[in-house]
Amino acid sequence: MALKMVKGSIDRMFDKNLQDLVRGIRNHKEDEAKYISQCIDEIKQELKQDNIAVKANAVCKLTYLQMLGYDISWAAFNIIEVMSASKFTFKRIGYLAASQSFHEGTDVIMLTTNQIRKDLSSPSQYDTGVALTGLSCFVTPDLARDLANDIMTLMSHTKPYIRKKAVLIMYKVFLKYPESLRPAFPRLKEKLEDPDPGVQSAAVNVICELARRNPKNYLSLAPLFFKLMTSSTNNWVLIKIIKLFGALTPLEPRLGKKLIEPLTNLIHSTSAMSLLYECVNTVIAVLISLSSGMPNHSASIQLCVQKLRILIEDSDQNLKYLGLLAMSKILKTHPKSVQSHKDLILQCLDDKDESIRLRALDLLYGMVSKKNLMEIVKKLMTHVDKAEGTTYRDELLTKIIDICSQSNYQHITNFEWYISILVELTRLEGTRHGHLIAAQMLDVAIRVKAIRKFAVSQMSTLLDNAHLVASSTQRNGICEVLYAAAWICGEFSEHLQEPQHTLEAMLRPKVTTLPGHIQAVYVQNVVKLYASILQQKEQAADMEEAQAVTQLMVDRLPQFVQSADLEVQERASCILQLVKHVQKLQAKAVPVAEEVSALFAGELNPVAPKAQKKVPVPEGLDLDAWINEPLSDSESEDEKPKAMFHEEEQRQAKHRLPEVDEEELARRREARKQEQANNPFYIKSSPSPQKRYQDTPGVEHIPVVQIDLSVPLKVPGLPLSDQYVRLEEERRHRQRLEKDKRRKKRRDKEKKGKRRHSSLPTESDEDIAPAQQVDIVTEEMPENALPSDEDDKDPNDPYRALDIDLDKPLADSEKLPVQKHRNAENAKSPEKEDVPVVEKKSKKPKKKEKKHKEKEREKEKKKEKERKGEDLDFWLSTTPPPAPVPSTDTLSANTNTDAAPKDELEEPRREAQDGEDQDQDQEKKPSKHKKKHKKEREERPKDKKRSRKKLPGSEEAPGEPVQNGALEEGPLPPMSSYSLLAENSYIKMTYGVQGSLQDSQVTVSIILENRSSSVLKSMELSVLDSLNTRMARPEGSSVHDGVPVPFQLPPGVSNEAQFVFTVQSIVMAQKLKGTLSFIAKDDEGATHEKLDFKLHFSCSSYLTTTPCYSDAFAKLLESGDLSMSSIRVDGISMSFQNLLTKICFHHHFSVVERVDSCASMYSRSVQGHHVCLLVKRGENSVSVDGKCSDATLLSNVLEEMKATLATC
Amino acid sequence: MIKAILIFSNQGKPWLSKFYQPYSEDTQQQIIGETFHLVSKRDENVCNFLEGGLLIGRSDNKLIYRHYATLYFVFYVDSSESELGIFDLIQVFVETLDKCFENVCELDLIFHVDKVHNILVEMVMGGMVLETNMNEIVTQIDTQNKLEKSEADSQLSTCLHPQGGQSLKCEQCRKEYI
Repeated sequence: MALKMVKGSIDRMFDKNLQDLVRGIRNHKEDEAKYISQCIDEIKQELKQDNIAVKANAVCKLTYLQMLGYDISWAAFNIIEVMSASKFTFKRIGYLAASQSFHEGTDVIMLTTNQIRKDLSSPSQYDTGVALTGLSCFVTPDLARDLANDIMTLMSHTKPYIRKKAVLIMYKVFLKYPESLRPAFPRLKEKLEDPDPGVQSAAVNVICELARRNPKNYLSLAPLFFKLMTSSTNNWVLIKIIKLFGALTPLEPRLGKKLIEPLTNLIHSTSAMSLLYECVNTVIAVLISLSSGMPNHSASIQLCVQKLRILIEDSDQNLKYLGLLAMSKILKTHPKSVQSHKDLILQCLDDKDESIRLRALDLLYGMVSKKNLMEIVKKLMTHVDKAEGTTYRDELLTKIIDICSQSNYQHITNFEWYISILVELTRLEGTRHGHLIAAQMLDVAIRVKAIRKFAVSQMSTLLDNAHLVASSTQRNGICEVLYAAAWICGEFSEHLQEPQHTLEAMLRPKVTTLPGHIQAVYVQNVVKLYASILQQKEQAADMEEAQAVTQLMVDRLPQFVQSADLEVQERASCILQLVKHVQKLQAKAVPVAEEVSALFAGELNPVAPKAQKKVPVPEGLDLDAWINEPLSDSESEDEKPKAMFHEEEQRQAKHRLPEVDEEELARRREARKQEQANNPFYIKSSPSPQKRYQDTPGVEHIPVVQIDLSVPLKVPGLPLSDQYVRLEEERRHRQRLEKDKRRKKRRDKEKKGKRRHSSLPTESDEDIAPAQQVDIVTEEMPENALPSDEDDKDPNDPYRALDIDLDKPLADSEKLPVQKHRNAENAKSPEKEDVPVVEKKSKKPKKKEKKHKEKEREKEKKKEKERKGEDLDFWLSTTPPPAPVPSTDTLSANTNTDAAPKDELEEPRREAQDGEDQDQDQEKKPSKHKKKHKKEREERPKDKKRSRKKLPGSEEAPGEPVQNGALEEGPLPPMSSYSLLAENSYIKMTYGVQGSLQDSQVTVSIILENRSSSVLKSMELSVLDSLNTRMARPEGSSVHDGVPVPFQLPPGVSNEAQFVFTVQSIVMAQKLKGTLSFIAKDDEGATHEKLDFKLHFSCSSYLTTTPCYSDAFAKLLESGDLSMSSIRVDGISMSFQNLLTKICFHHHFSVVERVDSCASMYSRSVQGHHVCLLVKRGENSVSVDGKCSDATLLSNVLEEMKATLATC
Repeated sequence: MIKAILIFSNQGKPWLSKFYQPYSEDTQQQIIGETFHLVSKRDENVCNFLEGGLLIGRSDNKLIYRHYATLYFVFYVDSSESELGIFDLIQVFVETLDKCFENVCELDLIFHVDKVHNILVEMVMGGMVLETNMNEIVTQIDTQNKLEKSEADSQLSTCLHPQGGQSLKCEQCRKEYI
């Protein structure tokens, strides 16, 4: 053994380390692969040794080779060995290798669970850190499930270094194990207010990532994020939050309204470009989400556009790029604001940076108008010529076509120009978009009747020069246009100047080298052309010529008959026979032209892809009825049933058959439609009679403008589109002159009409009438053709599983009103929850316990939902951000008491929404609303039932100026109701006291935090009861017994325990002495330890936040059986709102009504004393007048309040 | 989310690759190659954002890069990241490297990819930004290095008091004495 070790060590002398490996690879540039395979052999040898240092070195080298593309999965087990090394140095190497090479398919990964768990609970924070980091890269569903609990515990670790990593990794855990989201969420939410900025940022990060995928579940967090946004100074956090709001606003326009102002302020104040940019982006999202009828937001749009212009004008290309990117978002909803910056965007088209040009191209779509389309396209055409890469050129091509064809060629005034542009585009070599051009050519030629003549002449030229188009080696692309050219020349052959010439061009031998589908169209259209020539010749009684054409056909068609393409072959054979027959007839001098032309009689109209669906079913036609009776087979079977299954079979047979048929039919119909819809060339040759009658009037009555005769119709050769720009100018000038007189008279009328007709109007757009008219068959969607959202979602989307309603209430059956739990819930309003709800007794709780806890958790969540649901509406409808604090307290305290308040909970929500509506009203007609509001107030005392339902907050809402409080108030410092109880080197105890309305009990929540490296167990809390205050102990135990703490504490972990105390008199503050005893166990052994403490029960802690309504409040004050007392505190600088929040939070009051700098507040003691306050804010002071059913209680509470206020 | 972080030379040699989504080794190499192809043909004074390559990029993804002398630092991110934020993060990364390596140069990265990984791990975790404060990152790295060193020292001390004179037992000994 020893010898082996020595040998191993000597071998190691010659081992390469990572640096040697890298150097070696660099020195073997010629035979790198060979050298590396040698190294891998060496590594394999090293991995076989027992020495962990050798193994770690080998794994380190493997990690490097993995980066070079070598598969190292074979070493997975060795990597795990290194991961489990006790030394951090090696452990880190192992985890790095694992994070680089492990994935879900790595089978040995399941062996790591226990190792990782061990590392996670290691006393060294770096072991834990390294495990968390590694796990974040290779976590699998199994690992996530098994370790979720451990990681959740780490979220409350004492070291922020661990906390932030634990928080971040939770996102990965959620992804792999979505069930963990609900239980972990409360703690995650807590971390949003973690004192460490890194942890806070991590929590924001995770929630933003979650919310981005399923925003609706996170709307309830909006108030919290709003608070963070107005208080945080960390730009990283701000950016994330602002991005998150961008995702939330589409779901809740009221949120958007609330956001605009703080965002605008940020835009004005921040110096960080990144923040500015995100703010602008979110403001844009808000503006998009708000209905357009909000004139007061035009300022915000202007601000955004202005700021973006600054970005675009910046010399920094990055800002320019982002500016354009954001601009395109505005373009969708506010095109006008963007259009005024056309100059800038056109300028960007000339930028040397392709990314910027592409972004500018996107914007062009919304920039064009009838006026500038030609000019812009001309510019783009020059870019097409200059463009180097095919990708950019193709992008240009599609953009040109997009721009021109948008909203049914709305901006094109001269289609001759457009056709020439398309023809010019055919000169592009190697483009992938030939079919796009072809589709445009067909579409224009079919829809714009007036242009056909011109189009045909152009297309015939194109056919004549087919060799130019098709000669290039990349035939797949541009030759598609020949398809369109052939079809147009054939279909509209009557417009051809020299049909015979074109016919010859189409019959050239070279044509057979074209792709099959194009040849097929050639063959088909050759006949159309032939038919029309035949007719011409016969009319001219030029029989010889007619026969010559037939001969040409007979001569040339065989080349297509030999085609390998079936379609071509079939069509060619058919047609050849037909032509031969015609030839025979011609030989007998029989006129045939009429009959041949009859083959192609009738006009082809454009038909919407879904038109077929709109054909009404004629009366009396039942499409589902059998045409023939069903086959006798099945009938006979039905008639001779086999005993037992008789009934079933019969029923099935009757029902199933027609059903299947229907389905099948529908399927086929759908498939066919799909195909037609996808086929740009699909043109229905014979619409059903009804259809035609429906359409024809629509088509016919469109006045077709005659082509201006001054435009030369015949352009020799391939035309240049440029000349049209000039011609168009002239045409427009003439038009203007003509119209000028007429227009003066009815200018007003026209202006009205303008808005209705065009979606993107520019000032003088309407002045320009198009030279040709476009026939657009209205493509109405049938009612049932709604696009379904489900189709858009990828069923394999991992984020889908995380679409979990975090606020979802649970079924009634799941509610288990157990006293202790109720207390527990009671103590945990979100603000106070420094410590998790879920207690962990051991790492693997028994099933029953688990289930039970689950319920507890979910219950907790339900409560939360109720609060949150309220909060959100409440928050959205009112202004001050800290308002949720009192109201949550209110509601959480309330939900426990009885069923009655539940009804009340429902009501405020409606009220809140009413309030919101009123807000909106107010914006529209402020004066009216004021009156209304006054009236309401007067009415209120009379109408008791109605006003009773008001939540205190909702009343204060209308009394305040709309939408400002939030901004004027300074950020509120974080508040905690927990204070230090006692601490020593082992443990730190913090506690909070919360009263419950039942049985004059108070609950003390104690957070125990293990600060040592030992495990703390057998913790027991003993308290020396006083006459007045007693601790509730388990039945059967004596007053001197301690109460066990129901958990153990591993190193660095904290947890919360709750103890219930019964109080006799609550009018005085109380102090109780107590001791915590526990066993601290570490590697060396176990020691008994003790920690003494003093529990302080303030009078405020006997108060519970209880909502009160102004009328009830007034009654209370009037009743006269309350004693009075008052205090005054000077030197207060805090804002009134924050002050109130503080009182609410620390002394458990709720605001009844607030008017300016005066507020009435209410609270109730656990024994039912009413405490009413009137808080007034002076210059630098605050005075509090109190009335209470017990004078001592009141004076004590006021004293405590004085102490609180003195710190403000 | 950050999808991948790459560092490669002007010649396209990868010095660091970190993928936060699982890809096979071949795909990883393809992505590196494609990224190099995309980035290297860009001029110096153009914007640092690119709409993603074909492999890694769907419409949502962006490529944000910075070019330092002989090195390209490339981050693939999706739309939840702020472009300018990531742009700054690259700078933080490079400055941190500079601090940890004391005037970092390409050779440092080439020979100490493991250390670069260890630094990166303190900044980005599982595709999410963990820490952006350079001082905090450097502190953590230093502490970990000290920890490594103390582990090495303890190993060294056992070697200095060997049983049977096995002074060649560990790497550190070899370096010290040979």
